[in-house]
Amino acid sequence: MKLTREEVREVAYLSRIEMTDEELDRMTGQLGAILDYADMLNELDLEGVEPTSHVIPMKNVMREDVVKESCGVEKALMNAPDRFGDFFRVPKVIDEGEGH
Amino acid sequence: MKYEPVIGIEVHAQLKTDSKLFCGCSTGFAAAPNHHVCPVCLGLPGTLPVLNRKAIEYVVRTCIALECEVSPASRFARKNYYYPDLPKAYQISQYELPIGRNGKLTVRAGGREKTIRIHRIHLEEDAGKLVHDASGGSCVDYNRTGIPLMEIVTEADVRSSEEAVAYLTSLRSILQYIGVCGANMEKGEMRCEPNISVRPVGAEEFGTKTEMKNLNSFRAVRLGVDFEIERQIDAIENGERIVQETRRWDEATQTTQTMRSKERAHDYRYFPDPDLVPVEVSASVVELIRAKAPELPEPRRVRFISQYGLPEYDAEVLTGSKAMADFFERAASLHNDPKAVSNWIMTELMGCLNESGKTIDECAVTAEDLTALLELMGKGVISARMGKDVFKDMFASGRPPAEIIKEKGLEQMNDETAISDAVEKVIADNPGPAADFRAGKKQAAGFLVGQVMRLTGGKANPKIVGRIIEDKLLSE
Repeated sequence: MKLTREEVREVAYLSRIEMTDEELDRMTGQLGAILDYADMLNELDLEGVEPTSHVIPMKNVMREDVVKESCGVEKALMNAPDRFGDFFRVPKVIDEGEGH
Repeated sequence: MKYEPVIGIEVHAQLKTDSKLFCGCSTGFAAAPNHHVCPVCLGLPGTLPVLNRKAIEYVVRTCIALECEVSPASRFARKNYYYPDLPKAYQISQYELPIGRNGKLTVRAGGREKTIRIHRIHLEEDAGKLVHDASGGSCVDYNRTGIPLMEIVTEADVRSSEEAVAYLTSLRSILQYIGVCGANMEKGEMRCEPNISVRPVGAEEFGTKTEMKNLNSFRAVRLGVDFEIERQIDAIENGERIVQETRRWDEATQTTQTMRSKERAHDYRYFPDPDLVPVEVSASVVELIRAKAPELPEPRRVRFISQYGLPEYDAEVLTGSKAMADFFERAASLHNDPKAVSNWIMTELMGCLNESGKTIDECAVTAEDLTALLELMGKGVISARMGKDVFKDMFASGRPPAEIIKEKGLEQMNDETAISDAVEKVIADNPGPAADFRAGKKQAAGFLVGQVMRLTGGKANPKIVGRIIEDKLLSE
């Protein structure tokens, strides 16, 4: 399975990364090489082997439903590029994407 | 051609936990933006989410109530998209291996029973809130980010807006009964997104579906679904193609409008979240949660009929919400006439609630106050007619009935001598009707009783008045 330039362009778009034609070519090669490497797994007989979703054999790590002090609005906004009162301010969003 | 709507419903229910799904921030309503946030729900680097045990318990409880299979193992996935309401640029959700699958809910719509299959129930975190029109930019509040949401998805089994509303009403009631969600649609605690398509009656294949958002009440669901069904049928009849898209219900124009087109399919690139380990809910844990589960609306309805001898209709109305059913049972335990309690709740109490737009939780009248009023009427201290006025006052002021009756001097007049005096005066003043009554016109009694009631300011006991009038006129 060969990675195409179009697929890389699409993934870049989904990740909001702008790429020049030259970068697209380079990424197609590099990403393709990584995928080809991972493709070696397909040469193994994996019949009956569950996909690994986590590398550490742990389960049910949970906390009790107890409220902890929040960090405070000033700390929360400390690194914000822009603020409006207690809000984070971002460039105007037009697409109504809320609630995907 | 005749068309048939095919509808599936997605519901997002906000779970009633104290803290968020993956951090200890409060889920309480915060007046000020960004006051319930921390490095975890703000998605800052170097932080790790830790799952809230209660959220899992609530989802399992819901699975049991909706007869779902609980997956012995489930896991969380990242749903990736860029939008400022999502600080991490992914939402922690579930994709493969949701907690619950293959459930069902039977509802009554249009006088018959209908079973709606539940496809899946999963757990995810809520996104933040954007305020678009302040200050020239977009303003973001992350208080809501990370609040646990349970997503309940039906199969495409719903065939009308009536069935959709019946399903949602029943689901809301169940979520309230089992105490996992406030389920107030106006407050956004329960959000519903129907998928709607239409197809010619008898067709096997589904039509192209649209998804609808911004339905904030049962009324909006009914109107919105009906509008969308009509719109799609009209479009097909006019030879147009239905576009797969998300449409927004607009309350002002009572129409749906395109919100975003799904022509370019959303690619969320789900993958297992490496920050969270799998969740295993064993059969014994499910049994433990089942043993603690509160009584559901349907068994309670049946019990109201057998235990209190209530008619089907009363039992159905009273068990429609847990709070109302609790109110009834509390009152019925204090007053030895369940049907009278039911009548007063269903007419006077619900009448006042509807008029004021309040819910039973906001009602100032307690079950104790209501039964005290019934006792006072039973003893003849006030008439049933007066009782209704006293109840309105109780509802408005929250004061106990005895206090209101005393203050307003509403005690019923049971003193036979005083009533007798009033009757004599009325007979003297109204010789015509008195003569009619003597002549055998029984209807004239009503007029005379009315006059005595007027003379006594409505306080005379009407039963005693009637008896004395009869005694006086017929014994002469």
